[in-house]
Amino acid sequence: MSETESPSAEKVASAMMAPLSESSVARISVRTAVILLVFTMAFTALMAGVYQLTQPILEKSALDAKRRTITEVLPPDTYDNDLLADAATLPPVKALGRDAPTTIYRARKDGKPVALVFEAAALDGYSGRIDLILAVSADGRMVAQRVTLHKETPGLGDYIDPKKDKNKQQPWIKQFDNLGFDTVLGGKWRVKKDGGIIDQRAGATISARAVTNASGRAVLWIHDHSARLFDLPNGSQWKETSP
Amino acid sequence: MSQLRNIAANGLWNQNAVLGQMLGLCSLLAISTSVVNAVSLGLATIFVMGMSSLIVSSLRAFIPYEIRIPIFILIIAALVTVVDMAMNAWLRDLYLVLGIFIPLIVVNCIVLARVEAFAAKNPAGLSAFDGVMMGVGFVWVIGLLGAVRELIGQGTLFSGIEMIIPSASAIQILPADYPGFLVAILPPGAFFVLGLMVAGRNWLDYRANQRIHAQRAQQSAAAVAG
Repeated sequence: MSETESPSAEKVASAMMAPLSESSVARISVRTAVILLVFTMAFTALMAGVYQLTQPILEKSALDAKRRTITEVLPPDTYDNDLLADAATLPPVKALGRDAPTTIYRARKDGKPVALVFEAAALDGYSGRIDLILAVSADGRMVAQRVTLHKETPGLGDYIDPKKDKNKQQPWIKQFDNLGFDTVLGGKWRVKKDGGIIDQRAGATISARAVTNASGRAVLWIHDHSARLFDLPNGSQWKETSP
Repeated sequence: MSQLRNIAANGLWNQNAVLGQMLGLCSLLAISTSVVNAVSLGLATIFVMGMSSLIVSSLRAFIPYEIRIPIFILIIAALVTVVDMAMNAWLRDLYLVLGIFIPLIVVNCIVLARVEAFAAKNPAGLSAFDGVMMGVGFVWVIGLLGAVRELIGQGTLFSGIEMIIPSASAIQILPADYPGFLVAILPPGAFFVLGLMVAGRNWLDYRANQRIHAQRAQQSAAAVAG
C-alpha cells in the first residue's frame, strides 16, 4: 500500500541500532504486555456488556420464532393446551434422523390428543443434513411439515423450503399435508421417480427424496409410538424399550 | 477535497480490494450466489470496515507498533461480535438473512488490510471514509458477481428479496422455463465470472494507459514540431 510511509519504520530501525540494556528490554516488554491486557479487557468488557443487554431480547425472540414455526405446521385453533409447556424429551432417535435429544410437543384439545410436533432430520440431502419440523396428528396423519434448516443448492434444490419455492400457489412441501402412515406402509410415500406419489422437480430429485423418505420414516415411527408419547409425564425422559 | 476523491477512487477502482488486490476472496466466492446475498454481506462489511477504521484510527496513539496486529484483530473481532449480537436483537429479520455471513467478516482480510495500511497512520475521519469506500468497492464487485451468477444460474435477479422487503419479489429475466445452469451457482462459476471481471478491469486500465501514452506522444511531437 503506497499511500503513506510507515512512520514507525524509522523508530524500529533506530531501536535496533542502539543495543538496549537488559532492564529497558524488560520494561518495554512489560509495558507492551500491559497495553495488550488493557485492550483485551476493554473490548471483552464491551462484548460482555452488549451480551448482557441483548440476551433477554434474544431469548424472547427465540421463543417467538419457535412459536411461529409451530404455528406454520399446526394451526393454533386445533388445540387448547399450552403447547410449549406440554413437552417431553426423547433421546436421539434414529428413525427421526436425530443425533441429539428431541423435544416433542403435545397438542391436546379438551384433554384429548390432537397432534405431536417435533423435529426430525434428513441426513442424505444433496448438501448434507436437512432439518425438518413436523406436526403429526394422533391418528398418524401428517398435519404439515416445514424445512427449518438446509444447505441445498440455491435455485435448484431449495424448493423444499416454501419460502424459496418459486411455485407460491402450491409449494412442493404441501403435498405431504394430510398423508397418513398407511401411505408409508403402502410404499407410496416416495418420490414419483421411486414409484411413489410425491412429485419431484426436474434436476433436483435428491433434495426431494431426502425430505420425502425422512418424513415418511418419522410419520411411521411417531404413529407406532403415538399413544406412549402422549402419555409421557410432562418433561420426562423417554426410554426406547424395543428397537 | 482531492484527498477525499483520491480515497474514493482508490476504494472503488484503483486499489479495489477484490479486483485490484485480490483480497477477501473467501467470503466473496462463497456468498455471491445471488444479488441479495451478495449485497447484504457487502453492506455489513461496509459497516464493519467503517467502524473498525474509525476505532483503530482514534486509538492509534495508544497502540504500540510491535503488537498492532493482535490489537487490530481484537478490535475487529470484538466489533463484528457486537454487530452480530446487536443485529440479532434489534434487527431480527435482517439478521435471519445475514446472520450466517456476519462472522465471515472477521476473516475477510480486506478489513485488516485497510486498518493496517491506512487507519493506523491517518486521522479518524479520513480513515472511516477510507474504510467505507473500500467497503463500497467490495459491494459493487460482489453485487455484480452475484447478479451475473444468479442470472446465468437461475435466470432471475433479486431472488430472496422478500426476506428483506416482504412486498418485493424476484425478477424473472430469462424465460420461466429456463433450465438453469448449475455451474454458475457452484463455486467454479464464481471463479469463472471473477476471472472475467478481473480481465475486464485490466483491459479498461490498459486502454486508459494507452490513451495517456498516445496523448503524451502527441504532445511531445507537437513540442518538437513547434
